[in-house]
Amino acid sequence: MNEPPRPDPDALLRTLALGNGTTDGADKGPGEGRRGRLKVFLGAAPGVGKTCEMLDDAVALRQSGIDVVIGLVETHGRMDTVARTAGFEMIPRKMIVHHGRHLEELDIDAVLARRPALVLVDELAHTNAPGSRHDKRYQDVEEILDAGIDVHSTLNIQHLESLNDVVASFTRVRVRETLPDRVLEQAEIEIVDLPPDELIERLRDGKVYVPEEASRALAHFFSKSNLSALRELALRRAAQAIDAQMLDHVRAHALAGKWAAGERLVVAVSEHPGAIQLVRAAKRMADALGAPWSAVHVETARDLAYSDAEARQLAGTLELAQHLGGQTAAIPAETVYDGLVTFLDEARATQLILGKAPRSRWHEWRHGSVVDYMVRNSSNVAIQVLALEEEPPLARQASAQRIGPNRWGSPTGYAVSLVLVALVTMVGHSIAGLGNITNIALLYLLPVLVAATRFGLRTGLVTGLASSLAYNFFFIPPLYTFTISDPQNLITVMVLLGIAVLVSQMASRVRDHALLARLSAAQNSALAGFARQVTGIADETELGQVLCAEVARLLDVRAVFMLPEEAALVVRAANPPDDRLETLDRAAARWAYDNDRRAGRGSDTLTACEWMFSPISAGGRVLGVLGVAREDTGAPVRTDQMPLLSSLLDQAGLALERIALETEMTSVAKLREQDRLRTALLSSVSHDLRTPLTAIIGNLAAIAPADATQAEQLGSARAEADRLRRFVANLLDMARIEAGALTGTHEPVDLADAITGAVHDLRGQLVRHPIRMEVSPDLPFVVVDPQLFHQCLINLIDNAAKYGNPDSPITIAARREPGALALMVMDEGPGLPPGSEDRIFETFARIEGSDRKGGTGLGLAIVRGFCMAMGLRISAANRADHPGACFTIRFDEAHLITGDPQ
Amino acid sequence: MSPTRVLVVEDDAAIRRLLQTALVRAGHAVIEAADARAAMAALSIDKPDAVLLDLGLPDRDGLELVPLIKATGAALIIVSAREDTDQKVTALDLGADDYVMKPFDSEELRARLRTALRHRLAATSLSEKVVLGDVEIDLSARRITRAGEDVHLTPKEYAMLVELARHPGRVITHAQLLRAVWGPGHEHDVEYLRVTARGIRRKLEADPAVPKLLRNEPGVGYRLEGQTEK
Repeated sequence: MNEPPRPDPDALLRTLALGNGTTDGADKGPGEGRRGRLKVFLGAAPGVGKTCEMLDDAVALRQSGIDVVIGLVETHGRMDTVARTAGFEMIPRKMIVHHGRHLEELDIDAVLARRPALVLVDELAHTNAPGSRHDKRYQDVEEILDAGIDVHSTLNIQHLESLNDVVASFTRVRVRETLPDRVLEQAEIEIVDLPPDELIERLRDGKVYVPEEASRALAHFFSKSNLSALRELALRRAAQAIDAQMLDHVRAHALAGKWAAGERLVVAVSEHPGAIQLVRAAKRMADALGAPWSAVHVETARDLAYSDAEARQLAGTLELAQHLGGQTAAIPAETVYDGLVTFLDEARATQLILGKAPRSRWHEWRHGSVVDYMVRNSSNVAIQVLALEEEPPLARQASAQRIGPNRWGSPTGYAVSLVLVALVTMVGHSIAGLGNITNIALLYLLPVLVAATRFGLRTGLVTGLASSLAYNFFFIPPLYTFTISDPQNLITVMVLLGIAVLVSQMASRVRDHALLARLSAAQNSALAGFARQVTGIADETELGQVLCAEVARLLDVRAVFMLPEEAALVVRAANPPDDRLETLDRAAARWAYDNDRRAGRGSDTLTACEWMFSPISAGGRVLGVLGVAREDTGAPVRTDQMPLLSSLLDQAGLALERIALETEMTSVAKLREQDRLRTALLSSVSHDLRTPLTAIIGNLAAIAPADATQAEQLGSARAEADRLRRFVANLLDMARIEAGALTGTHEPVDLADAITGAVHDLRGQLVRHPIRMEVSPDLPFVVVDPQLFHQCLINLIDNAAKYGNPDSPITIAARREPGALALMVMDEGPGLPPGSEDRIFETFARIEGSDRKGGTGLGLAIVRGFCMAMGLRISAANRADHPGACFTIRFDEAHLITGDPQ
Repeated sequence: MSPTRVLVVEDDAAIRRLLQTALVRAGHAVIEAADARAAMAALSIDKPDAVLLDLGLPDRDGLELVPLIKATGAALIIVSAREDTDQKVTALDLGADDYVMKPFDSEELRARLRTALRHRLAATSLSEKVVLGDVEIDLSARRITRAGEDVHLTPKEYAMLVELARHPGRVITHAQLLRAVWGPGHEHDVEYLRVTARGIRRKLEADPAVPKLLRNEPGVGYRLEGQTEK
């Protein structure tokens, strides 16, 4: 049986994000949990009328009733644009002062606070002023989209990241403001097209805004050929986007048909500056194939020798790959080939993109070529080789600062080796008479081996050369000349040199291996040590100190550890201990904490900040923030150190969570003990009070007064004793509520029964208050604990009797509401002070001046406690029809029985 | 006629004295017992006509005494604290005649005691006719009238009313009523009782929303209020 073609879930998600899927997700208003939609008005060049088009579109939307506001639109003072903004609400821009200049940026917080359905934000690729929350405007837009607000924006094609090289190649203008392709990929694109001739016409008529200082450069930019090329790029890009959406549609709905499936691209990158071109090229190819792609860097021992500039270059390349939507990986391996082959296998790659740096044949002969090796040794992968331009200014300047084994070897190495050669020569000389001189040649292997293993290839080679010269000079006839008469001896010399090469290569490989192993061992042991250290810590500050010290030591940075306290983030530990944070730093820390993402230098948010803040989280909850900073201005943490930092943060997160749980448990245990004591005290006190009270009340009742005075005294004593009894009873009820001991049995109760029972028990208090019942006899039964409910009614009616005017009636009404039954107890009196409707249910809350009324302050709290225990809702309000209070208990359907059971 | 002997089983001396005073004033002879052991002794020696029993005794669970007291034929009234509903109902199900709650009203206590004693005397010969206000229940003729007019009850309503009318003024627990009317196995179907009680009230009460005849004791059972005639 054939299964029907199954929709691809990823494709479904993408179409949903675009909002043109078949589900109704796109119909929701802003802020209902969906992401906002982005629409981009794409043009080939400035001046084609993108902004005007966007505004015209917005006018139409506004007329159809959509809440459109202008977040930021650049009119450049042009009247036709200004006219179009008329009638729109504009969000005031945010002023940022930078180096004495006033810069205006989109006020993202104002947009989020205003919550329109749609906001217009011009120039998507714009770079924000330093000190803004995000570096780039598209990041602002993404945050707005995340908040569920739609955005319309504009873009010129030359700002698209993956086209950066292409555009630069024919316009000779390198665009600095670039937009990651993924942003455009998630957007709906509307192309704003204008033929080049018309655009040039408009330019000539001064209808296109061109800043003064750039006019000369732009004159070249606006040549007809450039504009045509840009126009073609824009059109092609739009077509590609439509194509991709079509493809997504086909996949999402699993329409039968063939598409290029299973292609996977891998691009290998190194610290070479040209690797950036490789990444962009890979992105373009991947797009053309509709395939996923990854950028991989193989970490070999060479990585240890990177200068800071090289490390930054590599990190930048990997970051770019991420921005362009590729996955990135850094894998440690002994050699680049091994690493690549393993990775290609694991990633099931079908295509590999390699760069070929212009190197001499000599260099290739000595070091081998990755390209050649891969071409020869990988069978399932198509390999594309791109020539890299040599961009000299970077790399070489730093080579003097390289660390690690010096390729030229140390002077000591040469000296030691030569001494060894001299020693061997002396030993050889003394035994020369004993036999065949070829044995002496074997002796010379010794210094060569030592030099090659200990001091590297070059020292080994030099030693080999020296050895063969010495052997030739001292032992090969004719003696004391460098002439070789016997060809056999020539072989000896060659062998010595050959061995030097082989051994030194083997030794250097072993050394590299050991170095890598030591490096990962050092990291592992650092992690293990940290894990061990934090297990014993029971205090957050101490954990912070350990974490800061460890991070500072391992990454050579400054570190601060922050925890939330009340509403703010507070520095709890730092290394060095006296570090201070600026306002901007605190903002970045806050952002990292709120968004569970890195912020500050080296991330993509608030990069003007000196620090990089990483959230410390566990179990999906952010518990704290760690900030790191370096003395120099570089990114605080190198890309290759990120995994180590992440592991440390994970460990710290787990430890923090454990500490929080422990603290919680201790405090819960303490609270529970306090609660238990209080409950025990309350119940024993009230029990011990009750028995004598019963005796007092009983005895008072039995006394027959002799005269009127005595009768009055007796009546007063009885009333007070009764009040005391009710207070004790209330205390006991409260103790039961707080002990959580209310596990009553629920049974169907007739409201008429319950009310009559309560009124009967209160008959003493109700002499001056007639009861009015508005209870229909055929209401459904309510399912409650009869005792608790009885007590609720008693307290409510008693309360009504206390606060109602003397001789005023108490109305008890039950009414059917949609999905519920409401039982109301209403008095006729002063009612509740406004705003006290919830407060009166609190323990010992008494309405002003109510002491005289003989209340205990517990009655209503008990009613609420009992109601909650039974799952009922109680509320208080003033009566609408009459001055006085109204207390309502609501029973939902689950507490009602309507059907006829028999 | 010799005064009825009432045994008061109560561990608290003050309450005991209070009960004693109230009962003596009502013309009863009072025997006191502070714990279960003394109560057992008094039961066999003094042969009381009625027992007031506090369930919270220092040496034994008061519930254990209930069947022993019933076996002597004495009327039994439970003296209970408000929150001991479950124990109270168990005692009633075991055969106790009624209960009063602490702190008690001495009028109510005397009324309950009177009712219980009357039932004890009438245990063998059932009242033939029960009159509750303008409602008459003629048990032998199976006839019920209200203000002289015949009232037609459903069989269940009639059965429930008869069960209550056998002991007017005395509380009958939910379980006892359910077992008598619906048979064993229905002891927890309180809902049946509510529906049937509504039916009875609609036909017999002046205002069914404010029942005066058929009274419910929350969580315990029903009671028919009113006086009876032989």
